[in-house]
Amino acid sequence: MRLPAASLPFVEAMRQRLFRFGQEQRLPVVLTQRRIFIVPSGAGVMFALVLAIMLIGAINYELGLGHALVFLLASIGVVTILHTFRNLVALEISPGRSEAVFAGDSAHFVIHVDNPTARPRQALEMAFGKAAAVVFDLAATERRSVSVSLPTHRRGLLDPGRLTLTTRYPLGLLRAWSYPHPPLSCLVYPRPQMSPLPGLSNANAAPRGAGGEIGDDDFAGLRQRQPGDSLRHVAWKVAARDGGEASLLVKQFAGNGAGERWLEWTQTTPTNDVEARLSQLAGWVLAAERAGTAYGLRLPGQAIPPAAGEAHRAACLEALALYGES
Amino acid sequence: MAKAEPAPVDRGALPWLLAAALATAAPHAGHLPVWLSLLAGALLLWRVWLWRQNASLPPRWLLALLTLAGVAAIGWQYRTLFGRDAGVALLFLFMAAKPMEMRTRRDALVLVMLGYFLLLTHFFYAQSIPVGAWLLATATLLSAVLIRLYGGAQTPRSIGSLAAKISLQALPLSLLLFLLFPRVAGPLWGLPQDAHAGVSGLSERMAPGSISSLIQSGAIAMRVRFAGAIPPQSDLYWRGPVFDDYDGQTWRALPAPAGRASAAPTVAIAADARSVSYASTLEAHNQRWLLALDLPTTLPAGAELSGRLAAIAREPVRSRGLYNFSSTLDFVANRDEAPEVLQQALQLPEGFNPRARALAAGWRGEAPGQIINRALSFFGEQSFAYTLQPPLLGRDAVDDFLFAARRGFCEHYAGAFVFLMRAAGVPARVVAGYQGGEENPVDGYLVVRQSDAHAWAEVWLAGRGWQRVDPTAAVAPARVEQGVASALPAGEELPLAMRFDAEWMRALRYRWEAVNNSWNQWVLGYTPERQRDTLARLGLGKADWRTLTLALGAAAGIALTALTLAGFRRGRPLDPAEHEWQRFCRQLRRRGLIRADWEGPLAFAARVADERPELAALTTAAAGHYAVLRYGHGNADNLVGLRQCVRDAAHAPARLFAETSI
Repeated sequence: MRLPAASLPFVEAMRQRLFRFGQEQRLPVVLTQRRIFIVPSGAGVMFALVLAIMLIGAINYELGLGHALVFLLASIGVVTILHTFRNLVALEISPGRSEAVFAGDSAHFVIHVDNPTARPRQALEMAFGKAAAVVFDLAATERRSVSVSLPTHRRGLLDPGRLTLTTRYPLGLLRAWSYPHPPLSCLVYPRPQMSPLPGLSNANAAPRGAGGEIGDDDFAGLRQRQPGDSLRHVAWKVAARDGGEASLLVKQFAGNGAGERWLEWTQTTPTNDVEARLSQLAGWVLAAERAGTAYGLRLPGQAIPPAAGEAHRAACLEALALYGES
Repeated sequence: MAKAEPAPVDRGALPWLLAAALATAAPHAGHLPVWLSLLAGALLLWRVWLWRQNASLPPRWLLALLTLAGVAAIGWQYRTLFGRDAGVALLFLFMAAKPMEMRTRRDALVLVMLGYFLLLTHFFYAQSIPVGAWLLATATLLSAVLIRLYGGAQTPRSIGSLAAKISLQALPLSLLLFLLFPRVAGPLWGLPQDAHAGVSGLSERMAPGSISSLIQSGAIAMRVRFAGAIPPQSDLYWRGPVFDDYDGQTWRALPAPAGRASAAPTVAIAADARSVSYASTLEAHNQRWLLALDLPTTLPAGAELSGRLAAIAREPVRSRGLYNFSSTLDFVANRDEAPEVLQQALQLPEGFNPRARALAAGWRGEAPGQIINRALSFFGEQSFAYTLQPPLLGRDAVDDFLFAARRGFCEHYAGAFVFLMRAAGVPARVVAGYQGGEENPVDGYLVVRQSDAHAWAEVWLAGRGWQRVDPTAAVAPARVEQGVASALPAGEELPLAMRFDAEWMRALRYRWEAVNNSWNQWVLGYTPERQRDTLARLGLGKADWRTLTLALGAAAGIALTALTLAGFRRGRPLDPAEHEWQRFCRQLRRRGLIRADWEGPLAFAARVADERPELAALTTAAAGHYAVLRYGHGNADNLVGLRQCVRDAAHAPARLFAETSI
């Protein structure tokens, strides 16, 4: 919901105005002088302090050359404003592709940075917000693709927000930056939870074929229970025997779930945590893909017919990533 | 590189940092204790070794221990940790130790800031033109260090040229700041005791040898610009301290008598007296006398004429300063002298110099004028000689001089003469100062050096007041008329400063000193007063700090705008291919092949192939590269190829076609 402008705190309103939140409509984003901000860096403040002390010293000891030195250094500081600014100005930024990642991994956004001028650019830093910055140089008229990473936390379509392109070059006394905001997004799949594939529910059971797939037909052994295992398969007798000291074991059955299999929302551990269930499904998709069988995905309100392969896997994971998001 | 973690200093930046440490610290070695310079050198060498070995830095506790030991030793050496020299020594030590602790970029930044401070402190000791050049070079080096720190690995050449470019661009603005920044008269607070150590000049006492040591120095005491013609040498007596008190060895100046009002001098100036106005740029000498020409009538603000007729400043002259005077060369001063002053001018210590006393006693009762003549003719008739290498004198120095050695220079003659006068009952005293000077034909300034130091006598005559008598002139008139060098006998070694007086060397020296003088006047002596004068001449009238700030803001704004515009003009996208093609076409133009504006590269190449077959291959290659770069998908190789074509075109024979056609 957008708040009425008047209710924004003044500072926030100013920030909005100054730093132009929102994605750019026109590409590539050209860093014109109106987009570049420049302030003294920490080193610059230190430099100014040192100059002030030196000026007092020069006055006190009546050092003519001391005055000259202070004024020369101050002028160097002023001239550096221009050099720092020129290190950023006229660069062109356009968005590139980004590979989908699982939540918890770092998303890598490829950004194309183009230097259309004959002036080389040094020590540019690009980052999303406070995330780790990428440092790179650009030769004259060089175009370079920079991969900027951003840690992901939740599934969905990640909008990384605006970029921060910073430079302190040449003297580090000033920090010039710009907030280009090209349209960027990265698909973030749910963090997969590795758990064994569910048994084939009777309703959806496909015709049985041959093979050593894990199913729930013939008892094949015991293994430790993992979250997501159906309670029906817990070896309760074993649990009763060791008095609940050890963790629960589940019975494994050798099935022959070849052919096709449906990964169902309803098969996941019933819980209110939608994300946990999606994680479980994501894990199943990976496992099913690894197993090489055709699999389908059924979510409330949508279904992806069984198939296999990289594209199918991506389609399933995307459906999981975007589940519930309009 | 994560922002959260401090940026490390990479290995390649270290040579730059060490160079900066060396450049800022090394010039201090000359005036610091030898052990400290050796320690600093050892630390830096150690650091270089560690760098070459790629070894790890020593642990922090060891560094802290070393630094503490160094600080303690400095405290012990100077007996303090405060004050100018100890402060410089500390900065020097820190500068040498800091490269040992170089873990983050912040450490490197601290080193650069230390470098700026060290640069400033060097001006305590010297502010000459070479030091100014060194300042510019070192400030540029420190910029280069910052460029290396914040820009990562680059070629030394590109770092150096960018740093030099920044310095050059900063020069106009710093000049503006220098001229217009509101100047404040220092000092702002009390300076440490050693703030003005090491200046030379006349002192408050005249012990044997004190003036001859001054005469050895070619250092400049003051520079004087006369409003009119420079008066003759024999009138140029620059008055310094007046010595009333003699203890048999040393002449001393007495503090001014308590009742100042009674001591105020009365000066009668003859109607036809010659008067001169001049501005004197006095070097720091840490004393209050202003060395005015005898006898000053108009004094600069803050100065007064003492009872001893010398212009005296309120505070010791601790920095070079400009003083405006008018003096009269003919005067009668203190016709009615206070009795206690006259009494003092007759005092002699008991038990010294019996023969001189006996000689003078014989003159008692004669008219004072007669007595003076007797004494001067005593110098003239006996075989007295002027020399800067007098023999050593014993306990009865005046007797030894007058009757045995008979060789000496101004301080001997003045001292002996005043002794004789007092013994004969004529009030007399010794005056020290400078005599003469040398006109620099380049800028018209009269330069007075320490080697012009002189001592003369003054006697008080009833009805005529204090009269100057220069007994040296009786022995060596050339000293007063032409200076020390011409008064010395042939064969006597000249003081170092007066040797090498070949004509061309003298011309060079004049020129160099004139440049130095402008430097002193405009750079070092740019005081608040000087700033006001300059701005008034620029039409800013009575500029107070508000006007100055405004002017400064306006000027800086204009300068910055100009710089920005220049920056944008060059910042406009420039296609390197286009640039190289233009260069290529310029080369062909020189060879008589002018590309029309409408002519595309390939069409042009075809025409060249027609008209000048020997250039066909080259032009076709260049046009091909350019066309691909401009209209197709050119790559770096095309650009390299095009550049090679430009080079080849530059070396292509100029008129091959013309020659073959004839």
